[in-house]
Amino acid sequence: MELRSRAPEGPLAEKWEHHRSAIKLVSPTNKLKHHIIVVGSGLAGASAAASLAELGYTVSCFCFQDSPRRAHSIAAQGGINAAKNYQNDGDSVHRLFYDTIKGGDFRSREANVYRLAETSAQIIDQCTAQGVPFAREYGGLLANRSFGGVQVARTFYARGQTGQQLLLGAYQALERQVGAGKVTMHPRAEMLDLVVVDGRARGIVVRDLVTGAVASHVGDAVVLATGGYSNVYYLSTNAKGCNVTAIWRAHRRGAAFANPCFTQIHPTCIPQTGPHQSKLTLMSESLRNDGRIWVPKKKGDARPPQQIPEAERDYYLERLYPSYGNLVPRDVASRRAKDVCDEGRGVGPGGYGVYLDFADAIARLGRHVIAERYGNLFEMYERITAENPFDVPMRIYPAPHYTMGGLWVDYNLMTTVDGLYAIGEANFSDHGANRLGASALMQGLADGYFILPYTIGDYLAQAKLGKLGTDHTAFKQVEREVSERVDRLLTARGRRTPDAFHRELGRLMWDKCGMSRTAKGLEEARKKIVELRDEFARDVYVGGRGEDFNQTLEHAGRVADFFELAELMCRDALDREESCGCHFREEFQTPEGEAKRDDARFSYVAAWEYAGAGKAPVLHKEALAFEAVHLTQRSYA
Amino acid sequence: MTNSPNIAVPPPRPGLVRSLVGKKAIMAVTGVILFLFVVGHLAGNLKVFQGPEHFNAYAEGLRSVGAPFFARGQILWAVRLILLASLFLHIWAAIVVTRASWAARPVGYHGLTPTETTYAARTMRWGGVIIFLYVIYHLLDLTFGAANPSFVPGDVYHNLVASFQRWPVSAMYIVAVVVVGLHIDHGLWSAFQTLGLNRPPTFRWRRGVAGAIAALITAGYIAIPVAVLVGKLR
Amino acid sequence: MRLTLHVWRQSGPSDPGRFMRYDVTDVSPDMSFLEMLDVLNQQLLSRQESPIAFDHDCREGICGACGMVINGRPHGPRHATTTCQLHMRMFPDGAELWLEPWRAQAFPVVKDLVVDRSAFDRLIAAGGFITARTGSAPEANNTLVPKRDADLAMDAAACIGCGACVAACPNASAMLFVAAKVSHLGLLPQGQPERGARVVHMVDQMDAEGFGACTNHGECMAACPKEISIDFIARLNRDYLKATLAPKPSVKEFTGAA
Ligand SMILES: Cc1cc2nc3c(=O)[nH]c(=O)nc-3n(C[C@H](O)[C@H](O)[C@H](O)COP(=O)(O)OP(=O)(O)OC[C@H]3O[C@@H](n4cnc5c(N)ncnc54)[C@H](O)[C@@H]3O)c2cc1C
Ligand code: HEM
Ligand code: HEM
Ligand code: SF4
Ligand code: F3S
Ligand code: FES
Repeated sequence: MELRSRAPEGPLAEKWEHHRSAIKLVSPTNKLKHHIIVVGSGLAGASAAASLAELGYTVSCFCFQDSPRRAHSIAAQGGINAAKNYQNDGDSVHRLFYDTIKGGDFRSREANVYRLAETSAQIIDQCTAQGVPFAREYGGLLANRSFGGVQVARTFYARGQTGQQLLLGAYQALERQVGAGKVTMHPRAEMLDLVVVDGRARGIVVRDLVTGAVASHVGDAVVLATGGYSNVYYLSTNAKGCNVTAIWRAHRRGAAFANPCFTQIHPTCIPQTGPHQSKLTLMSESLRNDGRIWVPKKKGDARPPQQIPEAERDYYLERLYPSYGNLVPRDVASRRAKDVCDEGRGVGPGGYGVYLDFADAIARLGRHVIAERYGNLFEMYERITAENPFDVPMRIYPAPHYTMGGLWVDYNLMTTVDGLYAIGEANFSDHGANRLGASALMQGLADGYFILPYTIGDYLAQAKLGKLGTDHTAFKQVEREVSERVDRLLTARGRRTPDAFHRELGRLMWDKCGMSRTAKGLEEARKKIVELRDEFARDVYVGGRGEDFNQTLEHAGRVADFFELAELMCRDALDREESCGCHFREEFQTPEGEAKRDDARFSYVAAWEYAGAGKAPVLHKEALAFEAVHLTQRSYA
Repeated sequence: MTNSPNIAVPPPRPGLVRSLVGKKAIMAVTGVILFLFVVGHLAGNLKVFQGPEHFNAYAEGLRSVGAPFFARGQILWAVRLILLASLFLHIWAAIVVTRASWAARPVGYHGLTPTETTYAARTMRWGGVIIFLYVIYHLLDLTFGAANPSFVPGDVYHNLVASFQRWPVSAMYIVAVVVVGLHIDHGLWSAFQTLGLNRPPTFRWRRGVAGAIAALITAGYIAIPVAVLVGKLR
Repeated sequence: MRLTLHVWRQSGPSDPGRFMRYDVTDVSPDMSFLEMLDVLNQQLLSRQESPIAFDHDCREGICGACGMVINGRPHGPRHATTTCQLHMRMFPDGAELWLEPWRAQAFPVVKDLVVDRSAFDRLIAAGGFITARTGSAPEANNTLVPKRDADLAMDAAACIGCGACVAACPNASAMLFVAAKVSHLGLLPQGQPERGARVVHMVDQMDAEGFGACTNHGECMAACPKEISIDFIARLNRDYLKATLAPKPSVKEFTGAA
């Protein structure tokens, strides 16, 4: 397997333009004949499916929820970045590009990131035209706010529901095509495998979650927009259904998996309340614009926050990073929170939390302004904790949130399997080792609206694809394998539930492959994971039938794939003997405890090739060349 | 694919009679017409307190309005036709709408706890039926006299008093009028909502006003049988 | 705390369904309602009984997947709160709860508390969109939108498509859901060209799906986790009457409305 990034030649600013005019086009009549399978209906999937159908392709779209509108993108709160420079604060495509590269700690592909910054402005135009009710100023112009890790206000938002509104825009565009008969939507359908014929992705095998029927779908290209895998940690900010199955199965069929260990831990989540905890709730990072983060100076200071005098509070982010203060990037904010809690200065039950205090902002701006900005977030917090942030400071703690890792893709967003594309959070993305706030929505929509619909034509125009039916042996073979996998889960009839296994795996990953990692811990984790996986195979109890709506079975299948992924994550984390972005290896840090990159040895994308069950995966390296930026030690001091 | 690709085949019937929303509008308009009658009718009926002459004169007047240009009763009949048409449309719409709603929930709940809706809103349907039956009886009683023991054509005052002096009749009237009141209480506000005339933040006071009007109308109507029973009218 | 649950169990659309009684012990007041059901389901599984099926995903009150009728109130007793955001501290110790699925002809039961809400998707497909072909959009700030309108549109757009309005409505009407979408798009300048056609199409689809007729009970608004106001229903009616009685040519040609 060789990694060809296909990044075009020429000056950075002209690459995409040139590339677009250079790539092959599919004639309108042929477009009708091409059937494209899009798995996922989140921002990336929905926007891609709708745009492809508008272009004239015949599209089938799949999601496991009961409606495409429920894709996890719906939960995004804070906002979406775009280099519009509406605030005239010196923003530009180049600055957004640079911030993203730097925020990603120089572990992403220049050409892709620049293209992302270029298309960002178009996204805002597109969404506004669809009726996305972005926040506005009194004059009627679009409003902006600033977001973690940058010094300009380039984030567009719709109250605290930006992801919802953007997704509804894409969803409505998608439903319009469904109504027009151009897209066939398959909700409550889970992709359980990829079918590759003569080295090309030609279809998928899907389980109907209502009837349990396993069926094949043939296509000329397959697009995976199946989101991130933070749920490998069990407790994360992701929706309960988020999983790795689709891309993991693709990985097993030949798609390289890039930077699996790059997972982002979000600094502002509501701390856990007990063993029953089923997921963690994010409090949008935008809160950091007006909230001040602190802990008591004294260890184990049990006084209620109001009674702790100013002098005895440690606003540690402001202290350590004067110029960015509370707006340092996520990985920094998260790690610092962990540090102060490990020192025993954490607050709240269990001592794993820090204060996010709005008292000053309320005094400065007035209650109504704060309510206008964060009203619904405060309500959400109050609902969950029964505490009102207007009176008591919020308690927050980091939680797994986003996975920069994913399927390796070239400049055309194609994986190492011809005709198989990955977009949105599912690919290894433009965020390098750490994603800046409000950049995932941007990337998902850039991929789906403005990049994939063009680049996929390049492949379809050249690939001479023969007609295939679902009766083709390859499909029958994969269908059989899928059914067998399902049966194995059902017939194990052991003693422990999939949920119990998932929790144990999650705990292990959080401890050993979470916010900070050590060679020793990762080695241990890998061993333990293998043991756990075997135990799972033997001792899991699913119950019910396969030919039925069986939520336990769905979960069991996802947990099984998480086990395999978890092992690869540890291997990748172990292999990368440096600290960069979210990947913090305790052995590699600066005296101030900052991530210490090793560009000489690790300035590459780690793309893992599946070598077969029980065999060690093969590492391929895509060297990262930086023409436009020069590498600096990231510093937010 | 410039304009909406989802264009349905142009539906056969106009939206107003085709859709439930349209039927609700028809119901609202006819409802308001019926409401206006109820108001006018009350105004007329209250003349009963001015004594037999005035009242009978008024009843007579109803028949001879428009004279000499119109023959006796012509205008009255015109009005009656409008009322009949309204009532018919109103009931027709009510029945279609009600059946659609019943069909929309074949399996009922163990219990659904009402939070926002009112008693008036929940009794619209049976209330309507009661009103209908009442009106029939009422016509037989005071218009055609069939249900009235001592009916004297032309002497509306006498017929009325004769009827109400029997307390069960009065009681029945009072109940009916209360039902009409409830119907109008929800109906009037509901009609504004259905016709899209409610604009925030006014709908709160619209509700209040509808209630007040309904109460006044009910009180006005009740006054008559009560007056007869206590012997003020004889 | 301990609870007594009467849960609607129904293996599929054909099965008539019935309530079954479950006693749940050591429930923590900090649990969300769904976490309480998780715990029960884990117990059921360990007893090799079939767990209770219920829809859920984000558990943050935004995806609209969750929802059940708890003691006669869709999404339970707490105002403006989805089932997943409801916490057990809302209930007294020893409470007795009846859990039912959304009940409506247009929402057939899939299993237990899970219903099929695809009718909502078809409603959107019928016209709940603005036609804006990818790549054809003008510069966003060329069209100014007064903050008031944008905010009001956002109020309507906040709908999460959970279906509680239908569940709560004595007529099983989808008016609030449709009104919210019609208003969201109708309030924005970008939504004007298709405004008339949109409302007529969506209302027709609403009838085709077998939803009931709105008689202005207002229960939907009370049950709506996003506090969508029935003011939007008045707005829908207004738009509908305009579109049918005085249709713009565009509406005529799209819908044959009279
Ligand atoms: C709480 C929260 C807040 C966030 N806030 C922000 C923010 O403010 N700004 C920002 O830029 N980013 C934010 N993010 C990140 C961002 O929301 C996600 O990265 C992005 O939405 C991912 O979109 P997607 O389309 O790639 O995948 P998703 O939206 O996750 O969609 C995945 C789709 O794939 C389908 N799917 C998955 N597996 C299968 C399968 N096996 N078979 C069939 N279908 C499948 C699902 O049904 C779903 O439709 C946030 C994330 C979280 C969790
Ligand atoms: C206590 C209350 C009422 C009294 C005393 C009353 C009295 C009368 C009288 C005297 C007549 C005969 C008029 C005539 O023949 O010239 C009449 C007719 C009528 N009343 Fe009433 N009425 C009462 C309530 C109502 C109500 C509540 C309704 C409707 C809901 C109603 C509907 C009618 C109708 C439809 C007629 C026939 C009018 C016509 O001749 O076209 N009445 N009423
Ligand atoms: C005096 C006679 C009547 C008056 C003044 C009257 C008035 C009204 C009004 C104003 C409405 C509101 C329409 C809307 O909601 O938009 C209404 C609704 C209704 N009416 Fe009547 N009506 C009368 C008689 C009847 C009769 C005879 C029936 C049935 C047999 C009836 C059944 C209904 C029903 C079912 C509704 C719908 C309930 C609702 O909209 O909330 N009404 N009526
Ligand atoms: S209107 Fe409210 S209740 Fe109805 S679907 Fe939308 S959010 Fe749910
Ligand atoms: S409850 Fe039902 S009747 Fe109308 S106002 Fe709401 S839809
Ligand atoms: S689970 Fe998403 S709204 Fe409740």
